[in-house]
Amino acid sequence: MPSTFTHEFNAPAFKAKVSFNTGLFINGQFVDGSDNTTIDVINPTNGKVITSVSEGTPKDVDLAVDAAHAAFDTAWGLHTPGAQRSILMSKLVALMEKNADELAALEALDNGKTFNWARNIDVAGSIDCIRYYAGWADKITGQVQETTEDKLTYSRHEPIGVVGQIIPWNFPLLMMAWKIGPALACGNTVVLKPSEFTPLTAIRMCHLINEAGFPPGVVNVLTGYGNTTGNAISSHMRIEKVAFTGSTIVGRKIMEAAARSNLKNVTLELGGKSPNIIFDDADIEQAVNWAIFGIFWNHGQTCTAGSRIFVQEGIYDEFFKRFMEKTRSLKIGDPFAPDTFQGPQVSEIQFNRIMSYIESGKAAGAKVEIGGERHGSEGYFIKPTIFTNVDPSMKIVQEEIFGPVCVLIKFKDEEDVIKQANDTLYGLAAAVFTQDLNRALNTAHRLKAGTAWINCVNSFNSNVPFGGFKQSGIGRECGDYALTNYTAVKAVHVNLGHKM
Amino acid sequence: MASLSTRIVIRATNRELDIPTGLFINNEFVPSADSPNDLIHLVNPATEETICTVAAGSVKDIDIAVAAARKAFNTTWGKNVTGFERSKLLNKLADLIERDQDILAEVESLNNGKPFKIARDFDIGDTIQCLRYYAGWADKITGQTIEVDNKTKLAFTRHDPIGVCGQIIPWNYPINMWAWKVGPALACGCTIVMKPSELTPLTALMLSKLIAEAGFPPGVVNTIPSLGSVGGAALSAHMDVDKVAFTGSTVTGRKVMEAAAKSNLKKVSLELGGKSPQLVFESADLEQAANWACLGVLYNTGQDCTAGSRLYVQDTIYDKFVSLLVSKAKELVIGDGFDEKSGGGPLVSKTQFDKVWRYIESGRAQGAKVVLGGQKRPGKGFFVDPTIFTDINANMDIVSAKAIFGPVLAVGRFKTEEEGISLANDTSYGLGAGLHSNDANQCMRVSSALEAGTVWVNQYNLLNNNVPFGGKKQSGIVGRELGSYALDEYTSVKAIHWNFGEKLDWPL
Repeated sequence: MPSTFTHEFNAPAFKAKVSFNTGLFINGQFVDGSDNTTIDVINPTNGKVITSVSEGTPKDVDLAVDAAHAAFDTAWGLHTPGAQRSILMSKLVALMEKNADELAALEALDNGKTFNWARNIDVAGSIDCIRYYAGWADKITGQVQETTEDKLTYSRHEPIGVVGQIIPWNFPLLMMAWKIGPALACGNTVVLKPSEFTPLTAIRMCHLINEAGFPPGVVNVLTGYGNTTGNAISSHMRIEKVAFTGSTIVGRKIMEAAARSNLKNVTLELGGKSPNIIFDDADIEQAVNWAIFGIFWNHGQTCTAGSRIFVQEGIYDEFFKRFMEKTRSLKIGDPFAPDTFQGPQVSEIQFNRIMSYIESGKAAGAKVEIGGERHGSEGYFIKPTIFTNVDPSMKIVQEEIFGPVCVLIKFKDEEDVIKQANDTLYGLAAAVFTQDLNRALNTAHRLKAGTAWINCVNSFNSNVPFGGFKQSGIGRECGDYALTNYTAVKAVHVNLGHKM
Repeated sequence: MASLSTRIVIRATNRELDIPTGLFINNEFVPSADSPNDLIHLVNPATEETICTVAAGSVKDIDIAVAAARKAFNTTWGKNVTGFERSKLLNKLADLIERDQDILAEVESLNNGKPFKIARDFDIGDTIQCLRYYAGWADKITGQTIEVDNKTKLAFTRHDPIGVCGQIIPWNYPINMWAWKVGPALACGCTIVMKPSELTPLTALMLSKLIAEAGFPPGVVNTIPSLGSVGGAALSAHMDVDKVAFTGSTVTGRKVMEAAAKSNLKKVSLELGGKSPQLVFESADLEQAANWACLGVLYNTGQDCTAGSRLYVQDTIYDKFVSLLVSKAKELVIGDGFDEKSGGGPLVSKTQFDKVWRYIESGRAQGAKVVLGGQKRPGKGFFVDPTIFTDINANMDIVSAKAIFGPVLAVGRFKTEEEGISLANDTSYGLGAGLHSNDANQCMRVSSALEAGTVWVNQYNLLNNNVPFGGKKQSGIVGRELGSYALDEYTSVKAIHWNFGEKLDWPL
């Protein structure tokens, strides 16, 4: 029997007892994994076990795929009209709204992000996203093309079928919404693997999905490890499409597995080493605030983190002074305390990884201006860290750290900085701060990134496309662009009179 | 002085309720500003009894409403509110209508005459879906970015809300027509001055109350019951209304378009009358075709702009089909909307009743043969039973003149496909058309050839909120409702050319 997770929240922002089943969610039911093994869920503020959830295996992936196919062939896919899918998704939205505080608290407990950020960005954003895609469900239109009068030609935008979705631990609930929103709107059924580090909100969503009335098998959620469950999904012969958000290294494995198995459609949203460029004429106060948000929000665990901060010569000193001051004032600590800005990193593995990047920076001769060490003695807290005196060959400049660690680089002019900014394998996002709109647009257009922010960073909207250039990914999420990922186009040619 | 609400009693359901009877401006019910004693009397078409009176809006009231709508557009609506917010509010409105569906259906039935169950399950059911459909569009109004010269220019379009919209709706589907207009307009960010039909304003006023309850800012939707010649004319000619949308007769549609042209060239969309034909070919499933033909002309007691009021049957199956048709049409019970047995209600008013009878008399006088109906009912209520004419020709009023808008069908015959198409298209209207055939190629040929904005193949009358609807020719070529197409009516495109790299030499 899968365990029941029970937890008493006693924070000023949220006081309640929460209790729910933690099995694998297959065909509308919560069940044990086939091997009867479990995965411990750790509280990153203190390293202690919160609970354990069932572990999915490749056999469980098979069961989930069977359930998803059965649902697609009978109760979902083209058997349920878009208007009906829209209604169910709207019901899910209403349930998410009703349980918003609980979802935020679970996210904060599991991931370590603060309750306030979880409530105001993660949960609010997830609700907006599903509501947005509920609205698309009855608006999936094909085309009618003009050919000749003895022929009728049109395209149908059909659901693909059973789609596999593998999501990360940095925005567990939000990433689930970004994935299931468009997939369900288009009529697909889903086999989703949340991160083994942060399964709680995904499991809670399964309860809401049942409550909303989705037919069993439409959404299936398997908690499990990447190299077993995740791999089983990417190589499954009966999954027609896989969507992945995570590291570039794992993204490659997924694409390879897809190629070797059944050439399933692949979309990837991978890492980044996004530049944040601040020109002389930027509004300095704003630039500092956004730069802080760009790298220290979510503890630097954002694929679009503005981790390379380029500051033009003319304002470098002033910017540096204010940036340091603001960084010093950030409060690190209990995610449930109302004035905490930054909680712990998500896991011991991440903690060690980030610390080792910091060590490599020190060893390579970069200067630690602030931070560069653990915060406290319990849990996975790392102090916000700023490196200067870096050069492009350093690991801390080239590789994605995924922690509250940035490098500060002085630059001369537009040509110089655009070249440096683009000097990366990645191309997820970029930000430009300047009051000169001509320069802003020109720079934004020349930066090789899927999202260009002007006078802001890390600003997302459910209806604006998001995704990477180069090795930051393939395909786009959000907006109507995401619908393409979950649609199979069939062209129909009806001969009305052409005799052979 | 007109009061702002009144208590009505619906005997059939034992319901007593208070209905707002004032003008709805800035989320409040108010009396007329300059003609407080002008009243509109509302009649129950099944019993001919007065239901109540509502305030009649004047030209000055329209001015005040337009000013309220303009203020809201500039401050709390239009570009001051996000698509996400508009989406939430429209969904809330749909939820409230769902909550109140029984009460709304009862009043709709009382005022319009249509059967209660049909009002609730179809009119209101479709209305709720329509508003939810447009709620889903509200955060998806996108423009384009257009490549001009990557080194120097960013060109893009914004799909701005068009502004203050005057909407004039008819009496045949009061609630549903309200939703078709309000949905897309609000989704796009426009504000509204709505003029419901003077015959059936009650549910529009009740819906206005729900607009306030849902949380729309004051002035976003305003409702002014008034005579068409007063309120409708004032809106069409108003210098500060950006767009007028009208559903009604072709005669009035012309006036609306003229007034728009003479005033400020406001954008116009029209959904007008029809004299829609159905064709039954020899390969058709006759049983089904007869069912659809009945639905086509008898649904809503024929008071439907797409009523299939002309039917042409292929020679080879004529006798068999007509006898089938007559036997089915006979089965429809026209009666009081609160009577469980009624499949259709009375006509909406005495004027309509007299008009329909004039057409029936003209049919007889001009030599058509009555094979069903044609007998006036004694007693109260504007009831007209299904009436079918055969042996028609193109010169008869029942065939060629304006829409009858009653349960009256003219049946003719044809030999070849070409003849059928020709007869069907022989009208200045072009709203709907239907064809029944099991020959797929014929279906494609004929549906291509029929000059109508909606062509039904092996069906009639059924619409979907996401499929566009509108007319060709004089049924209203200007504009489409429903589907994504309706959004174009409430959007004004602005192109922005943003130069960031081109220097101009002067003189050239």
